[in-house]
Amino acid sequence: MALDRWIALIILLISVAYGYGAYFTMDQLLPPILQRSPIWPSSFPKVLAVGGILFSLIIILGLEKAPRKDQAEDINLSRLGDYNVGQAAMLIGLMIAYAVLLRPLGFLGSTFLFLFIGSFTLGERRYLAMTIVSLIAAVSIWYLVDSVLGIFLRPLPMILTGV
Amino acid sequence: MLEGLLAGLSTAFTFTNIMLVIGGCLIGTFIGMLPGLGPMSIIAIMIPIAITIGDPASALILLSGVYYGAVFGGSTSSILINAPGVASTVATSFDGYPLTRKGKAGKALTVAAISSFAGGTIGAVLLLIFAPALASVALLFHSSEYFALMVVGLSAIAAFAGTGQVAKALLMTFLGLIMATVGEGVLFNSARFTMGLSDLQSGFGFVTIAMAMFALPEAIYLILDPSRSKSADGGENSEIKDLRISRAEARSIAPVIGRQSIQGFFIGVLPGAGATIASFLGYAVERNIAPKKEQEEFGKGAIKGIAAPEAANNAACTGSFVPLLTLGIPGSGTTAILLGALIALNVSPGPRLMVDEPEIFWAVIISMYLGNLVLLMLNLPLIPYIAKVLAAPRNYLIPFILFFTLMGAYIGQNNATELLLLVGFGVCATILRFADYPLAPLLIGFILGPLLENNFARAMQLYDGMSFIWERPMTLGLLVVALLLIVLPSYRARRARLRAEGVADGD
Repeated sequence: MALDRWIALIILLISVAYGYGAYFTMDQLLPPILQRSPIWPSSFPKVLAVGGILFSLIIILGLEKAPRKDQAEDINLSRLGDYNVGQAAMLIGLMIAYAVLLRPLGFLGSTFLFLFIGSFTLGERRYLAMTIVSLIAAVSIWYLVDSVLGIFLRPLPMILTGV
Repeated sequence: MLEGLLAGLSTAFTFTNIMLVIGGCLIGTFIGMLPGLGPMSIIAIMIPIAITIGDPASALILLSGVYYGAVFGGSTSSILINAPGVASTVATSFDGYPLTRKGKAGKALTVAAISSFAGGTIGAVLLLIFAPALASVALLFHSSEYFALMVVGLSAIAAFAGTGQVAKALLMTFLGLIMATVGEGVLFNSARFTMGLSDLQSGFGFVTIAMAMFALPEAIYLILDPSRSKSADGGENSEIKDLRISRAEARSIAPVIGRQSIQGFFIGVLPGAGATIASFLGYAVERNIAPKKEQEEFGKGAIKGIAAPEAANNAACTGSFVPLLTLGIPGSGTTAILLGALIALNVSPGPRLMVDEPEIFWAVIISMYLGNLVLLMLNLPLIPYIAKVLAAPRNYLIPFILFFTLMGAYIGQNNATELLLLVGFGVCATILRFADYPLAPLLIGFILGPLLENNFARAMQLYDGMSFIWERPMTLGLLVVALLLIVLPSYRARRARLRAEGVADGD
């Protein structure tokens, strides 16, 4: 089964779960006064669940034929091994690490590390240049966001500042 | 109308706002050149900044400046290194890059800038004429017509969204609408579908979704496939010199620009069509109607081949503001993001905008014109310097693109959970892109979802049920149009396929 049909299957499951929530769980919680209204919080989701189920079924059953595609620029899934899948996975992991460490490590430290490790992952080995670029970028972006835009970003690790 | 125009002029011509247009255009050009960051991502990154400004007119002026700048930046990288940063400038590279190979990059850039300027200007004039007219019709609309109109918009976007697979596009639209129902709505005071997670109480942030749908998948594609980010250091002739064009050349492109600006504008007004289709169609039309001798030049460095898509895509950008400003309905991903920004700034675009807050409406139109002027007078001479960014090595560029994506989602919300959502949705969006699912319908569905539900609910309450559908002829008419938009393309595709194959296929 092609990837797009697997995806449609997953969306079908999401729609069914969503529809179950809309049809069977939401209305019981509704206060009696609201039950006289012609529209309930569950009305619109009920319609959406039906639509989601209908269109994912159309794709799973293959009722709509995919047009021949000849886009050379797009990623060819059958040769996925030729691409830098490892690098992509590592950078995605790095982004997750950044999300988790942003608060405890502070903006400056985590941004520096993100940019440094990011370029390292992509194969850069000029350590001095990497350090300078990451350092300047982290400090200047923090300055821009904090002073010019007035949005607070905690610059230093939590242990050092106590806030 | 004249009063509004004057109010808009006085708003647009303050020092701050002129600086915002100039700054926006420069930032847009700068980032638009980079691979992986199209106008949608750039605008999404700029939204927290625009919201910090606070004044809706200034914020919108900044964002439209960025939009224009990004489109121009995209043309620059298509011309110089044959790597369009933006889909709507792919057609520009057909003739722009051959000219660069011949050492005439300066001429190509000038033609692109002049055509963009003229396209944008003619577009702005047409907007000036059509937007008020459309807004006055739209004032007659009730919530039921709005509901129907949004359904038309969503179906048109699904019908025209790229891959020609309507079911996929519609499924994405529904997924976007489903995602929009998560969290507390305006209508009901209870949170829905949060699965008990308090982080989902206020729903998904739209900047997060926008970044996850566009910026992140593109960045991941860049990592996966290094050949996507061609850098300028390989191009031997990418040096930019001699920006002038001759009088004969100017005379030959003038009619092209005129035609394509008008055509591009009207394509831009249609929901779902937008700048990409306008630029390809503009290129194709001009090639077909050119004299036989010039036709052979197309693709080998004809200046008409640059003028046509550039005039068309800029005019279409302007045209796409018509439904946004007059109906509050975005026709493209970019205008959907602008709509999200407007809602975040407490402005509700729609026909009342012109009546209630004319200075915002007109200031935006005037600043669009200013933006085009800035691009021509400031960005063009600066291009040789701005283009240096194209030589930035990939190893540094990609971490920065990822970082800006993260920052865009973080600054607005100051919430690290938002970053995890961004990465999660970004990976899902990349997989969806692998399988040819169009992502713009999802985002537009997500942004239109609350508006669609509110208008639907209001109509239901007013008519105490679904009867508004058949009691209001305009609503019924619009819904029929929506149905036709969905059914016709798949019907025609089916017929065409059957005719092509001669037999019906069984699997």
